[in-house]
Amino acid sequence: MTALTKISIWSMIRHVLLIAGAIVMLLPFVWMISTASKPPSEVFSSELHLIPRHFALWENLQMAFAKANLWRFLLNGVIVTVSIFVLQVLVALPAAYALAKLRFIGRNALFALVLFGILIPPQATAIPVFLLLHRLGVLDGYAALVLPFTISVFGIFLMRQFFRNVPDDLIDAARMDGISEFGIVWRVMLPAAIPAVTAFGIFSVVAHWNDYFWPLIVLNSEHLRTPPLAVAHFRNAEAGTNYGALMAAAMVIIAPLLVAFLLAQRRFVEGIALTGIK
Amino acid sequence: MSDNAATIGGLAVPISIPKRAAQRRNPLLLTPYGLVAPALTLMLMMLLGPLAGVIALSFTDYQLGAPSLSWIGLANYHEMFGDRVFWTALRNTLVYVGIVVPGAVSAGLAIALLIQSGTSLRSLYRTIYFLPVMATLIAMAVVWEFMLHPQFGLVNGVLREFGIAGPSWLQDRSTALYALCAIGIWQAAGFNMVLFLAGLVSIPKQLYEAAEIDGASSAWARFRLVTWPLLRPVTTFVVVISGIRSFQVFDTVHVLTKGGPSKSTEVLIHSMYTEGFEFFRSGYGAALTVVFLGFILLLTLIKSRLADRGAQYA
Repeated sequence: MTALTKISIWSMIRHVLLIAGAIVMLLPFVWMISTASKPPSEVFSSELHLIPRHFALWENLQMAFAKANLWRFLLNGVIVTVSIFVLQVLVALPAAYALAKLRFIGRNALFALVLFGILIPPQATAIPVFLLLHRLGVLDGYAALVLPFTISVFGIFLMRQFFRNVPDDLIDAARMDGISEFGIVWRVMLPAAIPAVTAFGIFSVVAHWNDYFWPLIVLNSEHLRTPPLAVAHFRNAEAGTNYGALMAAAMVIIAPLLVAFLLAQRRFVEGIALTGIK
Repeated sequence: MSDNAATIGGLAVPISIPKRAAQRRNPLLLTPYGLVAPALTLMLMMLLGPLAGVIALSFTDYQLGAPSLSWIGLANYHEMFGDRVFWTALRNTLVYVGIVVPGAVSAGLAIALLIQSGTSLRSLYRTIYFLPVMATLIAMAVVWEFMLHPQFGLVNGVLREFGIAGPSWLQDRSTALYALCAIGIWQAAGFNMVLFLAGLVSIPKQLYEAAEIDGASSAWARFRLVTWPLLRPVTTFVVVISGIRSFQVFDTVHVLTKGGPSKSTEVLIHSMYTEGFEFFRSGYGAALTVVFLGFILLLTLIKSRLADRGAQYA
């Protein structure tokens, strides 16, 4: 009996603490939605209230879309993240297969380079890569946003670990059927590695959708802006005058990933937890 | 393009048919090199080359657009060590790391332990705490800025209810860095929670039962005897990862404070960005990058040393 009460008391404390923490975590989201739904007269009032008296979300969204070409920026985000992911897979999978399943001179050295590459933070190579893209004359374009990230040493590492567990019999059978090594990568290894590729895809898309540093460095043109860059510019132009529209724009920018996350939570958590391995 | 031509590239043409058959029996001659060639090329171009480049550049006076560059030895480093802004940036970065790492690691651990200590609503809590990790930091930084607005913000509004006049958080040099730390902890806690949850799940249940039989009746005793020691490798790992990520702090600084007011939030990567990409002093920016790399290397070394020691005890 006492043990039972002890458990239920603890269970209550657990919920109280977790709910308190959850409120702190959610507060910025709630405040964002609340402000995005308020007309300016309520935004600029020192008196606190979460629920707007006059519901102005639609007006604020309209203003956000009118002041900034948000559709274009969202499209840029999609173009850049999808291109990066597709190219990363095209480059990483063959290399990962060779590292996992083929024997060749220099394999260990190459794998050591991959492991070393994982340790290099993206900011460290920014200046030389920028100079290289400048020399190539591709700055301020999609190529500048995509090219530096086509190589994911982390992706190679991840896929190599996954491929090692694919049975050799499967590969031998494919060789007997006359499939080339290159064909094996796409027709045998890729289908077997779909869970790992999905997790890596989520990791990659989230990282590059949210990336601010690199687009900030290489872009000048307004029409090429990625979502984070768009929010930052919107903020510089409108902060202090138009918080409702600014919060509405922020909502629009984070919505695609948050909706995807809420629909496939387990996969997203796994995908992002991969960064931990890095 | 046929598969074979792609695998062995330009060499496909001169190879005669019997030789190709031989190669198929022993496909381990050139094919692997064809498979790794794109990855290796891009690695050298975009990662290893630039890494060597940044170190080399730091010994030059190169400026973007300049017709030539000359080797100036340690002059960039001399300038840097004599510059007060550099020392301010370094101190601020260390303060940021020193606050965000313990904050985000202990918050992540506490959340994970609380979630794992019961069975109800686990996935709901996990989802809520993970939301800040998913949301674009720049967008949320802008939201935080408005929450911290001295007059119309939520934070000062709540403080006002208690009769406290809150500061202008981001415009006040005595609070700006700490406000950025709070945003950093808010964003990283959920990420650490996921890593700790994975670590907690892997602790065998029997160990807790055994500890209980041995007299560890309180939850604290079980935590001290079982959870904490077994979680140590994960904790080390989370600390180092958080350290590396905090050293990279840039987004919130650039969009909210630009290093101000009066350099009170200037951090290493922001200095590197300003020198390298606003003033286009590539050489000096490279020297700042090398300092940053030094710290990342240090953290990585600490991690591998601790991992070795952990392996000895296990």
